[in-house]
Amino acid sequence: MPDAAVGAIAFVTLLTIMVGARGIRVARTPDDFMVAARQVAPALNAAAISGEYLSAASFLGIAGLVVAQGLGALWYSVGYTAGYLVLLLLVAAPLRRFGAYTIPDFAVGRLGSRGLRLTATALVLVIGWFYLLPQMKGAGITLQWVLGTPYWVGVATLGTVVSCNIAMGGMKGITFVQCFQYWLKLCAIGIPALVLLIAAGHGSSPNLTPDRAPVFTRATVVDLPQATGFTLTRATQATVTGLVDQRAYRDQAVRLCACQHVAGAGTRIGFAAGAPVPVSLAMEPSSGESWDSPLLASGTGGAHPLAATYGVIIATFFGAIGLPHILVRFYTNPDGEAARRTTLIVVLLLSSFYLFPTVLAVLTRSHAPQLYLSTDSDSIVLALPALLLPGLPGELLAALVAAGAFAAFLSTSSGLLVSVAGALSHDFLRRGVTTFRWCAIAAGAIATVAALLIDRFSLALLVGWAFAIAASSFCPLMVLGIWWPRLTRAGATAGIAIGGGSCVAAIVSTMLGAATRGWGAVLLGQPAIWTVPLAFGVMIAVSLLTQRTVPANVAQVMLRMHLPEALSRQAYRTVSQASWLGPDQRPPGP
Amino acid sequence: MNAADGARNGHAGARNGRFRPASGHPPSGSAVCHGAYRGGASAFTEGNAGHREGYPPQYGLVYSAAMVVLIIMFLSVATVLCCAVLFWKRSSRHVGAPPPRATYEVLHTASQAVSVLRDGLTAAAAVKAAPSLRHLLGTPVVAIADRDGVLACHGSDQHAEALARHLRGVATTGRAQLLSAADLGCGHGGDCLVRAGVAVPIAVDGAVIGALAALGPSADAALMRTATEVARFVSTHLALAELDASRTRTVQAQLNFLRAQISPHFVYNALTAIESFVRSDPERARDLLVGFAEFIRWSFREHSQYATLAEELRFVDTYLELERARFGDRLAVSLRVAPEVLSVRVPSLVLQPLVENAVRHGLERLTGTARLQISAEDGGHEAVVTVEDHGIGVDPGHLADVLAGRAGGQSVGLRNVDERLRATFGNDHGLTIETGIGAGTKVTMRLPKFAPAVSGS
Repeated sequence: MPDAAVGAIAFVTLLTIMVGARGIRVARTPDDFMVAARQVAPALNAAAISGEYLSAASFLGIAGLVVAQGLGALWYSVGYTAGYLVLLLLVAAPLRRFGAYTIPDFAVGRLGSRGLRLTATALVLVIGWFYLLPQMKGAGITLQWVLGTPYWVGVATLGTVVSCNIAMGGMKGITFVQCFQYWLKLCAIGIPALVLLIAAGHGSSPNLTPDRAPVFTRATVVDLPQATGFTLTRATQATVTGLVDQRAYRDQAVRLCACQHVAGAGTRIGFAAGAPVPVSLAMEPSSGESWDSPLLASGTGGAHPLAATYGVIIATFFGAIGLPHILVRFYTNPDGEAARRTTLIVVLLLSSFYLFPTVLAVLTRSHAPQLYLSTDSDSIVLALPALLLPGLPGELLAALVAAGAFAAFLSTSSGLLVSVAGALSHDFLRRGVTTFRWCAIAAGAIATVAALLIDRFSLALLVGWAFAIAASSFCPLMVLGIWWPRLTRAGATAGIAIGGGSCVAAIVSTMLGAATRGWGAVLLGQPAIWTVPLAFGVMIAVSLLTQRTVPANVAQVMLRMHLPEALSRQAYRTVSQASWLGPDQRPPGP
Repeated sequence: MNAADGARNGHAGARNGRFRPASGHPPSGSAVCHGAYRGGASAFTEGNAGHREGYPPQYGLVYSAAMVVLIIMFLSVATVLCCAVLFWKRSSRHVGAPPPRATYEVLHTASQAVSVLRDGLTAAAAVKAAPSLRHLLGTPVVAIADRDGVLACHGSDQHAEALARHLRGVATTGRAQLLSAADLGCGHGGDCLVRAGVAVPIAVDGAVIGALAALGPSADAALMRTATEVARFVSTHLALAELDASRTRTVQAQLNFLRAQISPHFVYNALTAIESFVRSDPERARDLLVGFAEFIRWSFREHSQYATLAEELRFVDTYLELERARFGDRLAVSLRVAPEVLSVRVPSLVLQPLVENAVRHGLERLTGTARLQISAEDGGHEAVVTVEDHGIGVDPGHLADVLAGRAGGQSVGLRNVDERLRATFGNDHGLTIETGIGAGTKVTMRLPKFAPAVSGS
């Protein structure tokens, strides 16, 4: 079985590297010349942005989380998409007109301060690394599932492939790679979802009834390749071969009580139709309400689902603005209008992608509930095709899913690593191309090592945390920097440092297991609910206190960001006069 | 929650005593085994606390968790405040004591007053500068005039007519003047605020271009001295403004020079090539003529200082179209462009001179196929643009002379591009040229994608 999947993964990796190295328009005849020198169309650019954006969390994480936690986990996919609406509304066009290429560039261009630049760069690194972790974890569990290798093998493989490819100067034309990756991912999740939907046929399943714990719809034999702890909601009869609760059985009928059990590696348990589905202890616990509850409690131990849901919503809606590898892509747009159109298409492309993880999750619950016994909710999507469609078709579909998942890790981590290495070499070390290469290797190595430590957390949760940090540091900087002329560098620096700092502190303390229950778990596990308002508040308050240091050219910068391109050239001369006004005579904004 | 999971697993494992999972299992499995190995009493207690079914409302825990959040908030706020205070202390050390602070304030007011004059002595600038200058001089009224008349009068407009007459006089003669009540035509006696004053000339490079007047209830030698110094300070900054303007003019002149560079040689070659097609391939000849017209129009067009790389490439294309007509199949051009860098803004007319240089000096005298490669790649924060020809190459020593301006004549284009790149992006962004006799030539430009000076205009 692994052969097809291994082949598919190797094929995708090679194809990515090749498109990356050759992903440049080559013209030899005079007719090609004009095509090569043409700007990227918004549709192509939008596919590239989506390709870079759809990461491990979207591909594996959301479906797994929906199975484990219920439909409330769809807030993640809603948020990942809606983040682009906020980006479209508030940031896309002005940022493109401003011409800034990275967030530190924007900070310096708008407010002009070296201290602010270093703070912003430090946060780019933090967000980049946080976002790299789930990609590495995804690679780890994918290879683990395909080849049965230990977790670290997959992590190290992805880390090595990506950092070496970037360090050796691959990814010259990253737009084409990412565009290709989007369509690959859409096919890799869309085709299996549709085929399995057809294979599953019609009819109702008791598992889709709200308020009921899942049951086996037909007699099912579950093989447990590794030691698994599980819990049962009610007592049931089962046929066991192997170790359960430290007692060896050989094809014997056992009554399992409604409590926790431990099954040894290689155990085989047969359940009758209608028996309750045992749920692995490694699954994210649901919020305790019914499966179709619109709330989720990811990372908070099931406490206060409403607050946790709002935490996710705030983090994901406002986080997309602050992701370092996404803003870079907007630079490829020739002007502000193209940037807006690109964003609109991105929303459409993402929405169509996110249909499919939902389909897979519902299929899992209704037709393959034995996956509740998986040791990791993130591997559910990988395991589903073989269960629903035994034989060669299932294997091929599984290979397609694995290849798509690997494409997701590759594309997102390439973009992130370029951003992180660029920030390291350009902003901290201020060196050239050679340093960039070493930085890429170093950054990849750090992410690889860190990823070995975070395997306990679900992919969607990890990515959500990266969004939370971005939302509580760069979102206020971008929004206020673009729309509020009175922002000062002291205000921006304080807001970024306090908002981002407390968000990182909260997440790290959750990772270390500081609070596992009650409000503490919610406020630390989904910190965006308080860190985003805090960052905005600090930024505004400190700016109001330091109004004397508002940059002198603020009117000029504001006009450049908000004036449509056609007008801006004429207006430039007039504005350069107006920008010399002193602080007390400045007109009230753009 | 995950800690709770681990603890719960530990509980289960410990209860059963001998549980040992198989080797080489995955992370979640290893979470189970950690608990089992630790076993002991602590795992039990945690395990008991960790049962998930319906948490009793443990308010102690709620508060302790809220405390953790508060402590995190407090710590991060405190850290930032400490940094801010330290920074403020360090920077305010220099303006701490009263006399330095006075110096600072005077200098600050002065620089505020004159910074607006960097555009030259205009009415708008004078209106903006007058309040600060009045603050600096400490008199109720300040007036600024150029040689044609009063530009700004701040404080009061009494005796405007007399003042204008005297200012014009000072601006013409260049001699400072003490103004008495009689000079100003003041008949109000003690009630009038403006009974006396001084008027001093403002001169740039020895030529008087305007005058500054400070009026008040009285005027003495001290006020005259202060006003003279202020006028001199203003003059210095106007001289700087003049320098700015002349620098802009220089850049514009360089551009104009480059535009005028279309050599008669090139025009002759292009026209001959077109002529050769007139009979054999009239359609081609027509296309070429259109291309030639396009090239000329682009070259003579009023250029802004910056253009996007896409525009530059388009211009190169019109140029190469004409060269192809002359070279025929002998000229093989390949272009490799990463679309990410097309919107990078560069000083205008930097690319075409490099291509023309490659064609004229590298390929023209070659007998076989002339191969030319142009590429624009994405290099992180920079766009890397290279123009490479497989032509006859140059002696590196001679090339160094050309770039240093020691060899007159031919490769003016190369040196011009190099200088403008350095002037725009800084000294480490000049041209990199790899060449040798018979080895071809490769010219590389590294263009920052975001340079505040460039994208600002």
